[in-house]
Amino acid sequence: MASIDTHADGLTSQSWVERIPAHYYFIAIALISMPVFAGDFILFQIFGWTFILGVISLSLMFLAGYGGMVSLAQMTIAGLAGYMVAIFGNSAIDTISQGWPWYVAIPLALLIAVLFGTIVGWLAVRTDGIYTIMITLAIASAFFYFTRQNYVIFNGYSGFNGVLPPQLFGIDWRHPVAFYYLTLFWAVAAYCSVVYISRAPFGLALQGVRDNARRMAALGYNVTAHRVAAYAFAALLAGIGGILLTWQSGQISPGTAGIGPAIDILVIAVIGGLRHPVGPFIGAFIYVLLKTFAVDVLLSLGLAGERFQLLIGLGFLIIVFWSPDGLLGLWERFRSSRSRDPLTGRNGGGREL
Amino acid sequence: MNVPVSNMTRISGNGVGNALELRGVGKSFGALAALADINMVVKPGERRAVLGSNGAGKTTLFNCITGDFLATAGTIRFFGEDISAFPAYERIRRGLRRTYQISLLFTALSVLDNVYLACNGVSRGRFSFRRPQRNDAVTESAETLVNMVHLDSVRNTLVSDLSYGQQRQLEIAMALSGAPRFILFDEPAAGLSPAERRELIDILTNLPGHVGYIIIEHDMDVALRVSDSVTMMHNGRIFKEGKPAEIEDDPEVQALYLGGENHG
Repeated sequence: MASIDTHADGLTSQSWVERIPAHYYFIAIALISMPVFAGDFILFQIFGWTFILGVISLSLMFLAGYGGMVSLAQMTIAGLAGYMVAIFGNSAIDTISQGWPWYVAIPLALLIAVLFGTIVGWLAVRTDGIYTIMITLAIASAFFYFTRQNYVIFNGYSGFNGVLPPQLFGIDWRHPVAFYYLTLFWAVAAYCSVVYISRAPFGLALQGVRDNARRMAALGYNVTAHRVAAYAFAALLAGIGGILLTWQSGQISPGTAGIGPAIDILVIAVIGGLRHPVGPFIGAFIYVLLKTFAVDVLLSLGLAGERFQLLIGLGFLIIVFWSPDGLLGLWERFRSSRSRDPLTGRNGGGREL
Repeated sequence: MNVPVSNMTRISGNGVGNALELRGVGKSFGALAALADINMVVKPGERRAVLGSNGAGKTTLFNCITGDFLATAGTIRFFGEDISAFPAYERIRRGLRRTYQISLLFTALSVLDNVYLACNGVSRGRFSFRRPQRNDAVTESAETLVNMVHLDSVRNTLVSDLSYGQQRQLEIAMALSGAPRFILFDEPAAGLSPAERRELIDILTNLPGHVGYIIIEHDMDVALRVSDSVTMMHNGRIFKEGKPAEIEDDPEVQALYLGGENHG
């Protein structure tokens, strides 16, 4: 956790290229070359969806992992951003959609998502623990029912279809390969920004607020303002994820941001692990694999296909039961048990995540 | 910001009048009056010891002054400014600092990160999304403070791995962050070894002259050596004020505290 050791020995002589661990390069090459050996379905449906859900979950991980605030409204914020893109930009519902160019519609959608996230945060930071979950769940369900019943702005039950990404640089961004790189780019950008901010003064102070809010106030920090600012940043991430999600399915409707999806985002973050920004992406990958292939596996076993939620629920139970830190926690435990000296029982120095 | 404790340039507020002026301050928890009618004047640069048995209201007094919780009666002035209704962070930004009796540290962060948080809380970069650059002023002042309390050898160690004495030293370093004008020390010597106590006394007596403090201390040797004046508290009220020698010789004080079973 040494965030400010810019003078740490051995680092000053290396360039930043050398400082990035080798496995990062390995993962980067694997991800960039993925379209060479993966089919369209894998690129668009598995990885595209993983990156999108990962980004939305990452916004929850940022709040919960660094700020200690579990918000169930992140999918709602994502959904709002998706709706705003549909309303300000183009969709098949041209009586409502304004048809404004993407460079107006997208920033406006993100701005509204951030404003909404800030208001959610401003309401939620008055509460703690279970009450934060309850208040954000209340906001999520209110949004779901409001969009379902409001036909003037949100087009009610059916929502918007035909919401497509702009044809920027002459590329069809919904083509599987292009969409894969589009979502990969934003996933990497979101991941890097969270890693960077976690060690910047803002992120460090947020972790201080999480661990001891009273002490932070006694060090001169406005704890409430810090928490609300964290919600605003998390809303930006969720908004980006929400727009990509809308483009992927080409539509947005109340069910996209319903209570089920809101809880799924929490499940993804917890399965992956809340301790590190890579957790939500691991959780999203497992969720997407289960959601996509569990039906086939269940059918081949002679069970009803709808039972895939049961598998996700069981997986969630097992992970929470064995490792409150998600799969990342299991991995950490495995590594520290391998590095433990069998004679003394001492740890041989497991690397910090 | 190389020598943070003597840096006067960042001092905010109008530095007139007394460092601390309490008028009729009271704090009630329901029917329980933890503090009642506290009147106290501390001049700039003055070093005051607050003595009293357990439950006399000493820590409650600190909590009211720093705004950890608001006093239910009276006014508190800090260098002439009425801070009675200010939230804690506004008081801290005006140059007030405190340590806690039971260490309130960020145990999952390193020593340097803890002091960095303390230095950054009173700087303008609180909300910065940018990581500190090399030769960053806040980082440098944090490093200076870490060296000052002799924790440089463990600067990158997690606080949870520190010894008790080292955690107390860290508390002090955090209280000295930024440009303190007045510090409240809540039993800084409790649980320290004799050598660590000597170090603590050194740090306190070597503070720049303009930095005043109030120290709560059960150890009379420490309390009387590092203070110019003494306030005795009993049952949430001020019982006696005077010079250290006067208090030590006062028969009432001796009966109540020094010779009594409450000592320690």
